[in-house]
Amino acid sequence: MNSSQWIVYHAGKISLRVDRRIPRTAAGLILAALIILVLHVGIGEYTIAPMDVLRTIIGQQLGDQNFHFVVMELRMPRALVAWLVGAALGASGALIQGLTRNPLASPDLTGVTAGASAAAVTLIIFLPQTPDFWLPIAAFCGGLLIAAMLYLLAWRDASSAGGDSPIRLILVGIGLSAALGAFTSFALTFGELWYVQRAMMWLTGSVYATDWVDVNLILPWLIVCLLLAVYGARDLNALNLGEDIAQGLGLRLTFKRGFLLVLSVALAAITVTVAGIIGFVGLIAPHIARRLVGTMHEGLVPTAAFVGGFIVILADFIGRTILQPTEIPCGIITSIVGVPFFVYLLWKREKIS
Amino acid sequence: MAVRTLNMVRSHVPRPLLMGALPVCIAVLLLAIFSSIAFGAADIKLQTVLASIFAFDAENTNHLIIRTLRLPRAITAMLVGAALGVAGAIMQGLTRNPLADPGLLGIEAGAALAVVGGVFLFQINSLPVYAIFAFVGGTLTALAVYGLGSMGRESATPFKLTVAGAAISSLLASLTTAILLFNQRSLEEVRFWMAGSVAGRDMKLVIEAAPFLLAGLILSFVMGRQITTLSMGEDIARGLGQNVGWIKLASAGAVVVLAGTAVALAGPIGFIGLVIPHVVRMFAGNDYRWVLPYSALLGASFLVLSDLLGRILVQPLELPVGIMTAAIGGPVFIYLVRWKVKR
Repeated sequence: MNSSQWIVYHAGKISLRVDRRIPRTAAGLILAALIILVLHVGIGEYTIAPMDVLRTIIGQQLGDQNFHFVVMELRMPRALVAWLVGAALGASGALIQGLTRNPLASPDLTGVTAGASAAAVTLIIFLPQTPDFWLPIAAFCGGLLIAAMLYLLAWRDASSAGGDSPIRLILVGIGLSAALGAFTSFALTFGELWYVQRAMMWLTGSVYATDWVDVNLILPWLIVCLLLAVYGARDLNALNLGEDIAQGLGLRLTFKRGFLLVLSVALAAITVTVAGIIGFVGLIAPHIARRLVGTMHEGLVPTAAFVGGFIVILADFIGRTILQPTEIPCGIITSIVGVPFFVYLLWKREKIS
Repeated sequence: MAVRTLNMVRSHVPRPLLMGALPVCIAVLLLAIFSSIAFGAADIKLQTVLASIFAFDAENTNHLIIRTLRLPRAITAMLVGAALGVAGAIMQGLTRNPLADPGLLGIEAGAALAVVGGVFLFQINSLPVYAIFAFVGGTLTALAVYGLGSMGRESATPFKLTVAGAAISSLLASLTTAILLFNQRSLEEVRFWMAGSVAGRDMKLVIEAAPFLLAGLILSFVMGRQITTLSMGEDIARGLGQNVGWIKLASAGAVVVLAGTAVALAGPIGFIGLVIPHVVRMFAGNDYRWVLPYSALLGASFLVLSDLLGRILVQPLELPVGIMTAAIGGPVFIYLVRWKVKR
């Protein structure tokens, strides 16, 4: 590994070393997301030119009074929610893939998706009278409950079987998700058709009609979790060398793993409250990030977040504009956006090496 | 990224015991099939069941029920269960990933999209036509995944195959969802099929599918030794003088035939291919010469019994077997994992 690959800072007791690719990649991804944001906010049934969008955002008064309302109240919060949800899922996926050392791991594996889906489907199909504001609360609680249950079920007495174990976590996760999935699929098969379609809409994931309340709800939570995730990500590097080596390097294995798992769960759980189940981002964003900045987790986790944010905001933009006036939920588009991107990276790197 | 291998449980079961347990498992399977034929909505005496098989009387309603409804159903369940169990075991060995299942080559997602697309565009509405669409869709998708996974300089590494499969599956699943969200008629038409079921399959379809499944099973059993070597890692397999490329292609081919035919017969049944191989490995270790036959037997018995329970548990409603397998199997699997997986 040659030294020019790194950027190194020393400032008193603090020293920091980052991969040279990271600032460049991050800047690129944020810029791309901003461009999509401006387009997202500008294009729609009521189209606003990109320059006018920018002027409205920085607070200039324009001739048309509607601009402010359309931009700031209707479209801006939605675009922000899309980006934030994607970022959370990307980071959550990077953490769980690092923890389990499995490329197929995604936030689904922690039981959050299964729990939230089961709770939401119960409410939508079996208790359709329930007021709508209970849905996000139920989904959030369902997700956390099942994640906690998964951890407890996978836990064995430390002396005999090593306390927590990634492989047991994966396998119990399969079992638990399957059992809950059976319930969800029972509801979808036998429920009233009208409610089933509503439930499927929720299960597909969409940021339709989100507002500033949603932004304010998830933003503080995400900032805290993301910062902690970036901080904790360094330990994943040691973990990936193997459990014995990590322990030998002085890592409090069980504690660190539990901490990172909780973060991954928290990041995924908050997204279901505003957007339902948006699949695929948590799985593919870390892979794309790995192709972009390599496998060191302190760079990987934030990059996965930026990639995730970009995928979801782009997906929502496409879903909103491609078949106007019909809207396609962004949960459907995420994979349509993500797969070609990923294939391109796969192909490009293979050619270079 | 380092993928944790599956060699986490060592088998302490001695060889003679593994050999001796085979007939027992076969007996269990036969018993399960027999119960599946005997129990159901219409109460039929045991003698009648036997008579309908060995001394068929076309005038007797009960004989007809057994011959045209229950026997094909039990055989479908058996074949599909065996196929999925084996296909799952091969996929897990091939990719060395405990999360792998037959769906990972995109077969189930491709089949589902083909059927839903067929319902939406061409108004297809009978099981045999579904079967054709499912098989073609599944096979084409598997080819695409294998092609994508082989892209680049080195051939299909487990990692590339795994991620390509997951990505393509999820892309196709999105398209399926899109159709179902915007077309209520399609949703109503296929949602029972989507849950996975072995009800109402007629004997003709079963007889057409059986040669494919048997060929796939035999091919798999013959390759048991090679898959064991491959599951230890490609470098080791190559070092032992194995032609890794061909073995991978042949095992992937077996998975396509097995899982493709299974999904054509019964719709997407997810749980068996994922979990049965884990259960088998808990007692049979990592030798695929044993893992594959046991996965077939266990998968078949489990699917037949789940189907039976789904029929008699909440009469007169009939639960699709795809739901039953996960509902019963999930908790049992969790229990086994807690008890057996020590690290």
